[in-house]
Order: sequence, then C-alpha cells, then structure tokens
Amino acid sequence: MRLRFLLPALLFAAVAVAFAVGLGLDPRRVPSPLIDKPAPGFALAPLLDDRPGLATADLRGQVALVNVFASWCIPCRAEHPLLMRLAETEGVTVFGINYKDKPEDARAWLAELGNPYRRIGIDRDGKAGIDWGVYGVPESFVVDAQGRIRFKWVGPMAPHILEEKILPILREVAG
Amino acid sequence: MIVEIGHYALVLALFVALVQGSLPLAGAQTGNTAWMALARPAAIAQFALVAIAFLALVHAYVTSDFSVVNVVRNSHSAKPLLYKISGAWGNHEGSMLLWVLMLAAYGLMVALFGRNLPAGLRARVLAIQALIAVGFLLFLLFTSNPFARAFPAPADGNDLNPLLQDPGLAFHPPFLYLGYVGFSMAFAFAVAALISGRVDPAWARWVRPWTLLAWCALTVGIVLGSWWAYYELGWGGWWFWDPVENASLMPWIAGTALLHSAIVVEKRDALKSWTILLAILAFALSLIGTFLVRSGVLTSVHAFATDPARGLFILFLLVIIIGGALVLYAWRAPALKQGGLFAPVSREGGLVLNNLLLTAGLATVFLGTLYPLLLDAVGGGKISVGAPFFNATFVPLMVPMVAAMGVGPLLAWKRGDLAGALGRLKFAFAATVLVALAVWYVESDGPVLAVLGIGLAAWLFFATLAELAGRIKLFAAPAAESWRRARGLPRATYGMTLAHAGLALVIAGMTGSAWYSENVLTMRVGDTARIAGFELTLETVDETPGPNYDAERARFRARRGGQEVAVLEPERRFYPVQGMPTTEAAIRTTWRADLYAVIGEGDGQGAWTVRLYHNPLVAWMWFGATVMVLGGLVSLSDRRLRVGAPARRRRRPAPAAKAES
Repeated sequence: MRLRFLLPALLFAAVAVAFAVGLGLDPRRVPSPLIDKPAPGFALAPLLDDRPGLATADLRGQVALVNVFASWCIPCRAEHPLLMRLAETEGVTVFGINYKDKPEDARAWLAELGNPYRRIGIDRDGKAGIDWGVYGVPESFVVDAQGRIRFKWVGPMAPHILEEKILPILREVAG
Repeated sequence: MIVEIGHYALVLALFVALVQGSLPLAGAQTGNTAWMALARPAAIAQFALVAIAFLALVHAYVTSDFSVVNVVRNSHSAKPLLYKISGAWGNHEGSMLLWVLMLAAYGLMVALFGRNLPAGLRARVLAIQALIAVGFLLFLLFTSNPFARAFPAPADGNDLNPLLQDPGLAFHPPFLYLGYVGFSMAFAFAVAALISGRVDPAWARWVRPWTLLAWCALTVGIVLGSWWAYYELGWGGWWFWDPVENASLMPWIAGTALLHSAIVVEKRDALKSWTILLAILAFALSLIGTFLVRSGVLTSVHAFATDPARGLFILFLLVIIIGGALVLYAWRAPALKQGGLFAPVSREGGLVLNNLLLTAGLATVFLGTLYPLLLDAVGGGKISVGAPFFNATFVPLMVPMVAAMGVGPLLAWKRGDLAGALGRLKFAFAATVLVALAVWYVESDGPVLAVLGIGLAAWLFFATLAELAGRIKLFAAPAAESWRRARGLPRATYGMTLAHAGLALVIAGMTGSAWYSENVLTMRVGDTARIAGFELTLETVDETPGPNYDAERARFRARRGGQEVAVLEPERRFYPVQGMPTTEAAIRTTWRADLYAVIGEGDGQGAWTVRLYHNPLVAWMWFGATVMVLGGLVSLSDRRLRVGAPARRRRRPAPAAKAES
C-alpha cells in the first residue's frame, strides 16, 4: 500500500472528524461574553408617550425578555406574533430596544401590529446595541431579577424555539 | 391504509436491498452464477417497492391526509395541486424518500439496460448500489419516517414554506437528486472495478453514460435553483456562494472532471486510478452535500430542516460509504496497471490540465465552504466566508481553464502540435478581439474585468466553432464534402461542441450581469422612476387574493424613449398560515437584458418601496445552460455510449460468453 494512495482516505478522515465536532456545535449560537454578566449600563429615551423608556436599573426586580427590534426588519415582523403571545398569554415581561430606527416608523409599526413591550427605549444610533453585543436584529435576551443576562437568542424566534428554549429558560431563571 | 402499505413497502425494500447487497457480491467473488443472477430481479423488486412507498406519500399529500405528521407539517388543503405534489419532497423525510427512489431507479436501469455488462461487474454494481440503499432505508425508517401518524389528526396543515411554493423549485430537488444519486452509478462502477482489479477502456465506456446522465440532471437542478433564487428572492442575484449552493456545485465540478478523465481512460487507457478516485469523489461530494443540507452543521438560508441526530446518522453513513471506498482505493489502486504514455502537449495533456484546474477550483470551493466549520471545530471562533473569497480564488482558476478549453479539442492524441492548433484558431482569435473591442466601445464606463470576461466567452465560443469547422473542412472543401463530413461526425462530437459553446454563453451571461444597474426608491401611484434608459410609471397597486395567500399587485408601465415596451406586475404575497411574506418579481426578459421590478412594503399612506434592476445578458445564462444540457443529451445518444452497444459488438464472435450472463 503506497502512501499517496492512502492520502485521500486520510484527508477524508480529517474532514469526518471536523463534521463530527461540528455536529455538536450550534451554528446559530454565537457565544456572548455577556452571559451571566450584569447587563451593560445604558439609558434610553421612551418611544411612546404611554410607555417609559429603558435603562439598566429597570432590569432589576423581575425576569424579563429584552427584545431588540426595528420596523425595517422583516424577520422582526415574523417574530412579532410570538412576542405578543409571550406578553399576553404567557405573562412574560417584555422590554424593547428600538434599534437604528425612525421613531415615527416604529410607532406606526407598533400601532399596526400591537405592542407587546412594557418599556421601549429608542436606540437611534445603535450605541446601546454595541454594548449589548447586537449584530443583527432581531435579538432577544433573557435577563434575571438581578439584572444579569442569562440567555441570548440571535435571529427571529420560531414557535418551537419559544416552546423548547425561551419558555423553559424563562421558567428556570424565575426559579 | 395506503399510508401503512407505503410504510410496509419501505420495510420490504430494506430486506430486498439486504439480499441484493450481499448474495450477488459474494457470488461475484466465488463465481456462483445463481447468486449473481439474483441482483437483477432484486433491483427490479426494490424499485417497485420504493415506488409504492413514494406514491403512497404523494397520495397522502394530494388527498390532504392530515393524519400523517409529514403532511400536517408541510401541506395545507388550500394549496394548489402542483405544490401539494411537490410538497411531498419539499421536506426532509419526503426528500430522503425521493433520494432512495432515484437510487432504486438507477438500479432498475442497470438491471434493464445493462444486459450486456459482464455478469460479475453487473452483480457487483447492483450489490454496491443496494448497500448504499440499505444505509439510506435504515436512515428513513429509524430517524425520518415519512409515514408517521398524527394523533389526533388536526383539521388542517401548517402549509409549505411559501418560498418553496414555486414552479422552479417544485422541480429543483428531483433534478438535483437525479444528479446527486446518478453519481452513485459511477461510484458503484469504481468500487466494483477496485474489487475486481480491472479498469479498461470498456469499463470507462460503461461509466460514461451514467456520469453524463447524472451531470445533465445536476446541471438542470443547479440552474433551476439559481433561476429560482434570481426571480424569487427578489435581489436580482443568481448565485450567492451559499454553503448549500456550493454543496451542489462541488459534485458538479467533480462530475465534470470525471467526464473528461474517463475519456482518457476510454481512448488511451491512461489516468485509471485518478478516474476511479474522481468517481468516488463525485459521489462523496454528493453525499456531503446531502449531509450539509440535512444536518445543520452549516448555517444557510436553505437549512430549513436540520437536526443533529439525523446529522449523526448521515455522518455515520458517510464514513462507511466514502471511508470504506477510499480505504479500498488505498489498498487496490496501486495494483492498477497504467496504460498509454503521452506528451504534455496533447489531447490527454489538455484533459489533464482541465482536471488539474477543475480539481484546484473544487478544492477552493470546498475550503471556502467548510472553513468556517473547521475553524469553529478547533475553537477558532465564528466566521463566514463570502463571495469575495470565491471571486478571488475560484474565478482566477477558471480563467486559464476556459482559455485552454478553446485549444484542447484541437490537439491530437499522444503528441499534439500547439503552434498548429493556435494557427487554426487565428480567425477565432481575431473574432474574439473584435468582440472585446466592440464591447469596450459600447460599455466604456463598465468594469474592465467584465470586458475580459466577455472576451473569454467569445474566445471559447469561436474556438469551439472553429474546431467543428475544421473537422468538417468548412470552406476548405466543397460544401457537399463538408455536409458529408458533418453527417458522419459522431454525436459525441456535437455534444462536446454544444456543451462548450453553451458554457461560453453562460460565461457571457454571468459577465454581463456585472453591468447591472439598480434603483431603490419609494413610489406613489403615478410616480415615474428611471433605470438604464427605461421609464417606469407605477399605475396601480391592487389587492388580489390568491388560493392560499393575499397579494398586493403593482402595475408598472415601462417605456423607453416614449415608446411603451412592457407592463410589469410584481407582487408581494403574504401567506397567513405560515405568517410569511414573499416577493414575486416581475421580469421583462430580452436577449439584451432583464428589466426586473420588485415591490416592497407599503407605508400604509400610499407609498411603496420599489426596487428596480436592469441586468444585462442574464437570459444568456439560462439559454447557455440549456445548450450545455442539450450537448450532454446529444452525447448521451451517441451509439458508442448506448449501454451495451460496444459489448454486443465484442461479444458476437464469442457466443460461449452468453452462458456466463
């Protein structure tokens, strides 16, 4: 058996090992250095007259889902009914960060689709987004009663994600 | 009841495949003709059983049988019939069933048309095919049962992902799979040759039609996918170097290389172990493609059905099938006798250059596709590799290949005359320069590289025609003589001419789209927008309900120089069951350019976001690809490649051989 004929098999073995390792990794999960750390310091002005803005201090005292959204973001529209469900039927406190959006567009959007957010902060220039490590919308964070980030979901939530990931984690964090 | 019959047929198919995969193989080793003869009826039975299972699933879809989980998840009673049928393979379980059906269909074809294959080779090929089928049937039955029942049965289904409800995509998976699975034939022939230790020109002649068929189907599949991305995703782009697109491109490149290297084995009895390796590689990449799409190891816009447990199963199959074949290769290939020698400048040399460049291109695509995964696997963090990488690596490798493609067919076997070949191409070269200058004159603002691209396409096109003209002595001999020669040429020659000329058209189309222009704006009814010399007036936006969606349809009147040229009606659809919007672009296609309009979301106050594109020469790409496939089919119809034809000729003087089959 000459070595050069063995080469394809060896290369394939290396690729197969990489596949095996890769299967254990979740390509959607971008590790956030913020997990189990206190939420970053920020204070955002309110978007709506009847809902307060959002700041670091508001995150203490209850388990909440912080959702980063924008009216220009199509997946956010897909995700929106789930946020409504979380807020209305599941009784979850949902906070919103309106990311790089025109306030009037965001207001029209919420008027059209409904408002699941108890507090909404305007992050017009995306500075708070940088501190939160946001690289795309939508993103959702589970924050515990001590104001620590416990979980991060990148991209729109789907019904099965809600059932299998978000709700169990919310329950677990609530203790 | 029908659903249970389908499930039962699938289980029976597994047992038939077990028999087909073991006894004929043992028979071929020990010379037991009765065991070898089992392969044919088993292959026919296996196809019948898998076909029953597949039809049972299609029946469940057509009748909207919501007691089947698979139908609930992927269908809806209000869906049009075409998408009810295509829904059967628009999901993980159904598409794997289609995969197995294709595999069984190829087995059936060998059983029916392979009468003149040597009995040992046919038994081994069918047995290896059956062993692959065993793996995938186990995968279906244990991890992806399409016939699982839902209890209680819901009133209606969840609908198919609306992006997939499209005529282009309804037929994209069957063709893609016909191609992927077709390479299993070349693979089975390669493994059979490794077991028997015999690779000769006759072997190459048997492998080539199967590879050609798979190549044609894969080309159609890739083009349908690309065409779909072009008009459905609404961005005017046709190739995104997405991992799943690359997963279909890689077997295509390997298959293209295999087609060409098999010619050298057939004509010159050389490059044997390399051809065997390519045959294994083409199918390995098809399997890896399936693995990448189905396992979710790579993120992609296409990864709509991903599950790590299934991924592990496919990986296991991958290791057994590919790993096993490569170990067999390492063990047996060194013993293969090398055949004819040839000079570097010769037809063989040209084909080797083609293989080198294609394989290098394949390696860059493979690396670019898997690098994020490899880096992540060693803890190097998350990255993504995009179009700039591929444009900087793959494209420069393809440029010399296309340039050499013009010359290669003019070189003689064994020892070619490069100066003579180039001399015969002087008119082609002059025509190329003229085209490049003309394009440069018309589009002097455009990118310089695009002029080079058009020049390359022109070179390939004219050189290919010059080669054909040289063969039939066009203008060099009386017309009657040329006509006689033209009729005497084998169809495989015309196949090559068509395929190479088709590729030239494809390259022109790809390059032409570099001169695209776009205009994104907000428009109200009555507004007029300009793009590339056209004026488009938004006349109306209406609500039009569809069978399972609501749509907003815009109506644009397009004029050029005051003259009306087209009415474009793009739609924006909303599918309530899945809660998903889709865009339906309106495209006016001419041979010069596509005028492409997409309507986006309205602001609720009478204004809509509108995207307009002007994409030159895009139609050339679809037309060129069609010509390429036509070339493949013409070549396939060549008498020499008709399965069994050469064997019949060889066998006639030796009737004693009949007893063996």
